Amino acid sequence: MDMLNLGTADLTPVYLSFVLILAVFLGFELINKVPSTLHTPLMSGANAISGITLVGALVYAGNGEGDLVSWLGFAAVVLATINVVGGYMVTDRMLAMFKKREK
Amino acid sequence: MGALTINMAYVVAAVLFILGLKRLGSPATARQGNMLSSLAMLIAVVVTLADQSILSYQMIAIGVIIGSLIGAFAAKRVEMTGMPELVALFNGFGGLASLFVGWAAIEPDSSVFMALTIFLSILIGGVTFTGSMVAWGKLSEKMSGRPMMFTGQRIVNAIIVLAVIASGYMFSVEPSNHMWLYIAIGLSFLFGIMAVIPIGGADMPVVISLLNSYSGLAACAAGFAVSNNILIVAGSLVGASGIILTQIMCKAMNRSLGHVLFSGFSAVSNEKVVVEGEIKPISADDAFYVLEAASSVAIIPGYGMAVAQAQHVVKELQELLEQNGCEVNYGIHPVAGRMPGHMNVLLAEADVSYDQLLEMDEINPRMENVDVAIVIGANDVVNPAAREVKSSPIYGMPVINVDKARTVFVLKRSMASGFAGIENPLFYKENTRMLFGDAKETIGTLIRSFE
Repeated sequence: MDMLNLGTADLTPVYLSFVLILAVFLGFELINKVPSTLHTPLMSGANAISGITLVGALVYAGNGEGDLVSWLGFAAVVLATINVVGGYMVTDRMLAMFKKREK
Repeated sequence: MGALTINMAYVVAAVLFILGLKRLGSPATARQGNMLSSLAMLIAVVVTLADQSILSYQMIAIGVIIGSLIGAFAAKRVEMTGMPELVALFNGFGGLASLFVGWAAIEPDSSVFMALTIFLSILIGGVTFTGSMVAWGKLSEKMSGRPMMFTGQRIVNAIIVLAVIASGYMFSVEPSNHMWLYIAIGLSFLFGIMAVIPIGGADMPVVISLLNSYSGLAACAAGFAVSNNILIVAGSLVGASGIILTQIMCKAMNRSLGHVLFSGFSAVSNEKVVVEGEIKPISADDAFYVLEAASSVAIIPGYGMAVAQAQHVVKELQELLEQNGCEVNYGIHPVAGRMPGHMNVLLAEADVSYDQLLEMDEINPRMENVDVAIVIGANDVVNPAAREVKSSPIYGMPVINVDKARTVFVLKRSMASGFAGIENPLFYKENTRMLFGDAKETIGTLIRSFE
């Protein structure tokens, strides 16, 4: 991220905000097209995606210090993994049930 | 693996998340979409494990194993009727995870911007956690589903909001002082509880959508706190998804989000709707003769179908009707059930083809040609007062116009009014017949008559 430090100002907040804004607009476009039949799997699938916090937690859980930070990371790893694994599995289970009758 | 490689892999993961959500747009490709999304998650997690600042894998491994076991167990065991509770719990866990990550990211020399994003991930994460726990309690009926209101509630809430802002300010300028951190955590927990207790059971589809959005926003805030793009991208996709579902649910109830969050139904339910006509019960045997002669039937399920676990017998009845040369469709109101799309999942579980599940706007124009509309455990979403009675609290809410069908059968336990406590003139209409009793048993009797 150093290459983004143009001049003296730290532009990281701006750069992260750009990503945020674009992703939010993209999200609105994508989700608007999901039919209401699929709203429950959409929600549980989105739930699994929100387990992405796991990626943030790994670095803290693995710091090797055994201090408060690593325990916080550990707790976050457990919780986020429940979300990820449980969320994707239950979504798959539901989506497998959606069938169209053969005519 | 260097930071460049890791971040390039995050780009790939982001693309896969987006493609996965795109595929969720159709039932035919949705399962594949979910697979793509899980692949994205796997890539993001695996490359992160190669980060050089990870020195020990012991706690990570134990954490992932524990989390996977619990998650897999819950996903396998949950009944489809219990999906709203499960999603509420998962929302809460996601929120708490983001709170912990925000907390772990605190450094004594954090910049004000970083401290602010840490504060936001703690605040949103905490609100999501306790709010979801209260929602879970209400959905699983471990606590009353009635709106919990008390005098001075708004003043108390306003004080909490001010205190939250103050603690955020103090924490951001002095992140090394842990007192502000603990106060912020406590306030966020309190705020989550206070936000959800005044909301009634019938409004749960809105709350659960909103909390879904918050769990994404919490991940997003945690992404700012640890300067990680993939958290921001994935978190904001979830945030946007939850907001859209919230909007759809509010629109389907003709209420603003503010009204759902702050007022409950209590203030308006005193108004009396004068209903003319009388209730006409019908026995299951007589109902059978009407159904046998019908050439077009519309089934309108509500939360009562989930409670009675009647979806499988409904599907059996549908097959018998179809063998009899009758066309059967389902009309699904957006807020039927306790979460968006709840009825669709239950009927999919019972093997009903998804092209027979019609949205409200599809079924309403056909209603005049329907011989029999069967209402199973639905009440407010088929209430014609929403069209006809200006003084009704649900006036203006879009409903499924079952009263326009030639005959309406209403399967109902008793004459108690629905969640909103509103009289339903549908029960008194000329073409309405009431089938009292447990929905599952009533349909069972109908099925036996056909055989």
